[in-house]
Amino acid sequence: MPKLWQRNQSWLTPVILLLLPVGLFALMIVIPIVQSIWTSFYDWDGTGEATWIGLANYQELFDDPQFFVSLKNNVIWILMFLLAPVFGLALALFLNQPLKELRFIKAVFFLPLVLAPVIIGVVFTWFYDPTFGILAIVFRFFGFEPIAILSDENFVTFGIIAAALWAQIAFCLVLFLAGLSQLDAELIAAGRIDGASGWSLLRYVVLPQLRSVSFVATIITVIGSLRNFDLISVMTQGGPYGSSTVLAYQMFDATIFSYRAGYGAAIATVLFLIMTVWIAVFLWYTLRKEAKVG
Amino acid sequence: MYPAPVTERAFGIRLGYRVAIYIAMLLWMAPLIAIMMTAIRSQGDLLDGNYWGAPETFSLFANYREVFATSPMWTFFLNSLTVTGVTVVLVLALSTMAAVAIAKYRLPGATILFAMFIAGNFIPYQILMIPVRNMVLDVGLYDTVWGLILFHTAFQTGFATLFLRNFIITLPNELFEAARVEGASEFQIIRKIIIPLLRPALAGLSVLVFTFVWNDYFWALVLVQSDEAKPLTLGIAGLKGEWLTAWNLISAGALFAALPPVCLFFLMQKHFVAGLTAGAVKG
Repeated sequence: MPKLWQRNQSWLTPVILLLLPVGLFALMIVIPIVQSIWTSFYDWDGTGEATWIGLANYQELFDDPQFFVSLKNNVIWILMFLLAPVFGLALALFLNQPLKELRFIKAVFFLPLVLAPVIIGVVFTWFYDPTFGILAIVFRFFGFEPIAILSDENFVTFGIIAAALWAQIAFCLVLFLAGLSQLDAELIAAGRIDGASGWSLLRYVVLPQLRSVSFVATIITVIGSLRNFDLISVMTQGGPYGSSTVLAYQMFDATIFSYRAGYGAAIATVLFLIMTVWIAVFLWYTLRKEAKVG
Repeated sequence: MYPAPVTERAFGIRLGYRVAIYIAMLLWMAPLIAIMMTAIRSQGDLLDGNYWGAPETFSLFANYREVFATSPMWTFFLNSLTVTGVTVVLVLALSTMAAVAIAKYRLPGATILFAMFIAGNFIPYQILMIPVRNMVLDVGLYDTVWGLILFHTAFQTGFATLFLRNFIITLPNELFEAARVEGASEFQIIRKIIIPLLRPALAGLSVLVFTFVWNDYFWALVLVQSDEAKPLTLGIAGLKGEWLTAWNLISAGALFAALPPVCLFFLMQKHFVAGLTAGAVKG
């Protein structure tokens, strides 16, 4: 037996090592994805008997006005979230200076990143409070009537997105600061000698070197915008009148509050398919980079 | 260095820059400052509409006394600590094993495993919700911290494996070959060579996983129901509905929940940032 082990340990070792982690990952992540998609073809309340109904859940989805509200809000989320890389880069350029106190100041700018979305939701709900919140005070200071952002159908989604952007900008800032710290100093010096400065240096020398960071920041931001659930749940529960739902929230609402697991699974599947496109882009990029580095 | 360092510029510009960064920092922190100011107010201040003026009394401690007396905040805290602590330990163990296997052995399908872990990292939670909830119900772990630990461990292992794999792959192969020639067994190599070298990466990873799990809300909402098993995030969200306009208490509670990850972040800022940017910046 020990002989057998000695002869085979070079291939047995990785198999033993992978058994538990891969098993757990398959059980809790991979198999549930398949089960969810399967569930979406059933009429099911989540506990009782399930009836096969084929594509009926999907047919209903495309007649459901709430589904299109969610879809529209998801698009708004993505578009607004694209501001995060832009602001993140601007902030990074602003803070990328060799001053001692900036170490602390940068840490303060990173802070929203480690705050739970639930906490950010509570903070911003207070911030937006139409009678007592800071925003109301600012409005009154300039002589405007304060807007109840979170109970106004036109503003609510933007109000939640602004809260979410706070942390997302911090995330992009971290990435861009890291990118700026690895710029090729010689290229920049050469650019300066050639008379480039300010914008032209940024445009032709700096940004090309930040291409990889920008790509990663943008993709992760788009994926993050589609995953958002916590803020909506804490700040509005999808309201007023379902005007601030996104697919992630509508799925939860349908499954837990309306006991429609099959319908919820169909919404989850649609969201999953939308995200698969972005995940695939990210995967393609990472694996290609991997192949190049070897 | 880009932009050009302000330290080489005229005094006026240097001063202007310093003023600008401090103003920017204050604006950035405005929501947090607002909540800190609210947490030290008394209920009387709030009833009088004194929200932003000087507080009448310094009531931070009185607020906390009330928070802990009228809500199961302490239980929430212990639950968060249990879920996060146990998950971090399990994830470190499992992901080290998986990462070593993927990074240092020639395995058919290693790329597929690698891709699976990357993709798993980004999928929407909703596609897992119904089956995971039912599974946790079936094994009798619904409404316990163990159900949360089970899921978080599985999910974070994907990310953690990826993270460690990228680190291990940079370790030179000669190191392992030399040890093998010396007659070390595979598990000895892992214990005596890889894990000691991995220490800084494991530190960064622990901070990240701690933050992710501590801040989770969705899975707590899906897998837990009673106060006995709720973590802080879910507890705070519930108290917000219960306390309605007692913003001094809500603020105090929210600050309490935010404290552990914030402290950890300031203590291990370098590890945190290095962990977050690993893989995103290089190449």
